[in-house]
Amino acid sequence: MLIFELSQAGRKSHSQMPAAAATAADIPTALLRQDAPLLPECGEMDVVRHYTRLSQKNFSIDTQFYPLGSCTMKYNPRACNTLAMLPQFLARHPHAASPTGQGFLACMYELQEMLKDITGMAAVSLTPMAGAQGEFAGVAMIRAYHLARGDAARSEILVPDAAHGTNPATAVMCGYTAKEIPTNRDGDVDLDALRRAVGPKTAGLMLTNPSTLGVFERNIAEIARIVHEAGGLLYYDGANLNAILGRVKPGDMGFDVIHMNLHKTFSTPHGGGGPGAGPVGVSERLIPFLPIPLVHEERGVYRLLSERDRPQSIGRLSANIGNAGVLLRAYIYARLLGREGMHRVAEYATLNANYLMAELKKAGFDIAFANRRASHEFIVTLKRLKEQTGISAMDVAKRLLDKGFHAPTTYFPLLVPECLLIEPTETESKQTLDAFVTAMKEILHEAHTHPDLVKGAPYTTPVRRLDDVKAARELDLTWKPAA
Amino acid sequence: MPFIPHTETDVSAMLSSIGVASIDDLFDEIPQALRSGGLTQVPEGLPEMEVARLMQERAERDGRYLNFIGAGAYEHHIPAAVWQIVTRGEFYSAYTPYQAEASQGTLQLLYEFQTMMASLTGMDVSNASLYDGASGLAEAVLMAVRAHRDSRRILMPKTVHPYYRRVVHALVSAQNIELVEVDFDPKTGTTHALPDGNFAALVVPQPNFFGCLEDADTLTDWAHDKGGLVIGLVNPTALALLKPPGLWGTHGADIAVGEGQPLGAPLASGGPYFGFMCCKQDFVRQMPGRIIGRTVDLEGKPGFTLTLQAREQHIRRAKATSNICTNQGLLVTAATIYMSLLGPEGLKRVALASHANTQQLIAKLTQIPGVSLAFECPVFHEAVLLLNTSVAGVLHALEVQGITGGFDLTSSYPGLGNALLVCATETKTEADLQKFAEHLARIMGRQQEAPPCPIKPKI
Repeated sequence: MLIFELSQAGRKSHSQMPAAAATAADIPTALLRQDAPLLPECGEMDVVRHYTRLSQKNFSIDTQFYPLGSCTMKYNPRACNTLAMLPQFLARHPHAASPTGQGFLACMYELQEMLKDITGMAAVSLTPMAGAQGEFAGVAMIRAYHLARGDAARSEILVPDAAHGTNPATAVMCGYTAKEIPTNRDGDVDLDALRRAVGPKTAGLMLTNPSTLGVFERNIAEIARIVHEAGGLLYYDGANLNAILGRVKPGDMGFDVIHMNLHKTFSTPHGGGGPGAGPVGVSERLIPFLPIPLVHEERGVYRLLSERDRPQSIGRLSANIGNAGVLLRAYIYARLLGREGMHRVAEYATLNANYLMAELKKAGFDIAFANRRASHEFIVTLKRLKEQTGISAMDVAKRLLDKGFHAPTTYFPLLVPECLLIEPTETESKQTLDAFVTAMKEILHEAHTHPDLVKGAPYTTPVRRLDDVKAARELDLTWKPAA
Repeated sequence: MPFIPHTETDVSAMLSSIGVASIDDLFDEIPQALRSGGLTQVPEGLPEMEVARLMQERAERDGRYLNFIGAGAYEHHIPAAVWQIVTRGEFYSAYTPYQAEASQGTLQLLYEFQTMMASLTGMDVSNASLYDGASGLAEAVLMAVRAHRDSRRILMPKTVHPYYRRVVHALVSAQNIELVEVDFDPKTGTTHALPDGNFAALVVPQPNFFGCLEDADTLTDWAHDKGGLVIGLVNPTALALLKPPGLWGTHGADIAVGEGQPLGAPLASGGPYFGFMCCKQDFVRQMPGRIIGRTVDLEGKPGFTLTLQAREQHIRRAKATSNICTNQGLLVTAATIYMSLLGPEGLKRVALASHANTQQLIAKLTQIPGVSLAFECPVFHEAVLLLNTSVAGVLHALEVQGITGGFDLTSSYPGLGNALLVCATETKTEADLQKFAEHLARIMGRQQEAPPCPIKPKI
């Protein structure tokens, strides 16, 4: 039932109505709306019940193990939400002068400083509103850097073929062409191919480390040397920062610019698809180009730096400071964890991933890079199962839903056939991981004994498998009242 | 204090299953030289109780102000039910609905949102959100250039929010797109002097940054006659009262975009908010961001799923319509519940009450000697006042009285003189308006009697 189907003409949530004001007689009729918009007419309880029920149709971290690889679905501490929603924080207008926000700005400044330390970079801007916007900021800074040196010939961004789709898409938004670099059999970047690819056109290389294949790029020092010698800069995609938090700093690996995903590593809520936050960090030579505003501190007083302070900045990415409330949640998370807690994040995320990998291997699953350590995630490939039984990675993913687990990421990275990218995170217990292994074993057994059962999954969710082809061919993107 | 549930027994069992002696051994592929010496700028962790105390102190340091600033972010009452439901773990801690069968709650809500936004803007379709209004406008510009094909020139009125214009510049300038600024009539504060030549799209802000209502019908028809598209930049609250972009002129705007914050998102120092984008059916394949479609499951039961994903970066990579992935799902959840609670009548009353309060505020403030209205134009819920003294000094004096008195236009529009943009939404009472007027009168009066010593800003 859609909210519109609950609607009854003339029904209202009375307590949500401001007093009826006079009509806007001073606005010319030609500028006014004639027909009311299609919003539901419901009582408050109807609305609360409807959306509470909808919420119950979701899998979420708070209700299920959610090992969605590359998304770092770890527990979102409730304190982060409660404290970020203190009334004074919520009430402050973004354009109110900085003296009215010293408490908020102190948090932002301290977050900036902590992120510098964690990443080993010289400066950080909190502004980007998600990972992809952080990537944009990073590549735009690379571009600004080259142009400021009068080096306009660089037109390519190198991207390993295992990269997230956002990397090549970002390169194009920044006016570059994206050039793919292949991966070798062990999951590292193919160094010979990289050597052949770099040259005077190379603006930079975007690299995720550990990569989306769930392994640490061992040749990172050599990669940095090759790219830097060609005059390019090195971009760190922080999608997998959770794997190395407090153990390795991207700045120490030779990266010039990085973005972080605070909704992953700093456990701010994923919210059914955002909001995220994608702060960027840079080495010394890129500092002038950082996106504004930046938080500045002088003798205990905080203010935002703007165009006037930062004439070479790549500019503004949002009308304000970005996703302030997300940044506040990340700050609170960092204060809860502290230095020691951060070190332990990477340790236990890695322990969980390697344990789960070992147990699934023992259960008969093929591991894509079995001779490598898992980072915080790893890949199971179901190519052999598909050949033997016809059961695909998608089938296994859907059957996992019936067993009460959210599915891992499927069919990404694109390099590994029939893959499941599994990221357990540090907040899951051994007992949960064991239950997941049991479910996977059951599915493996079902695949061999009752393949149709697996192919028909899921059965226990609010709907069965959906017709995606119909959805794309017969577009139905808005509800229309019966004529 | 990490959120790690492992007992010592668990850890040793896990290590022995893996076949290593210690957790450190799991990092043996990382070259020794890269292992960091640890963190120095991150303080020791604190228990929740102490972090709570710290954050309460920080919040109190910010205090509470009687707010009359709008300028793209508007203070509206948010029903209690909105954020209580939004922060239910099932919405709060889920992610992008890649597994549709396990995400029907989020997906159905997004479909309902798309329906509401399409109707509110008078367009055919909506996406499931962008980051905010400013970056949404940049995406609309890119989309218009893709859809138009023949021109990379965008007409951008100076009556568009100055920060939005800077964001658009930052986000599209690398793609060889020309942004042509269009002047406004100093008398009416609305767009005029449209330039010659071919262009991909004209941006029509309604209401514009000054709060003034543009002649959207005429601008739309003019742009379409010249072969350009029209991007309507609109306030969603205003749309309950004003003609929606889909009905502007003879053919309607082609793309409608805007800041969704007024629909249930708190001001919160600037975010998270969300951008919305709607368009005509013909352009749906050029849209950036997630789109939800209704379909059926294998038993014929209706359900919802991500659709038209071939536009997106995770499929199309370098050829995607945008690099956007994570968007602002949770804010859309708030907006959908907000719009459902208010309904058509409630949202219209919010718009009317905001309009009426702003009219009253203007009437009170312009009675003060030295304060006048900058433009002769109908306004929605904002207006530009001209002062006979420095705006910064006045705002500072108001701040001392607990009032954030508006947005200083001096640096963005130096040609206007001492211009102040003020806003009064439905949240303001007669007493609030009176308080603002009395303080402003006193401050202005004092400055008229004897030029005061320059007020030293705090910073």
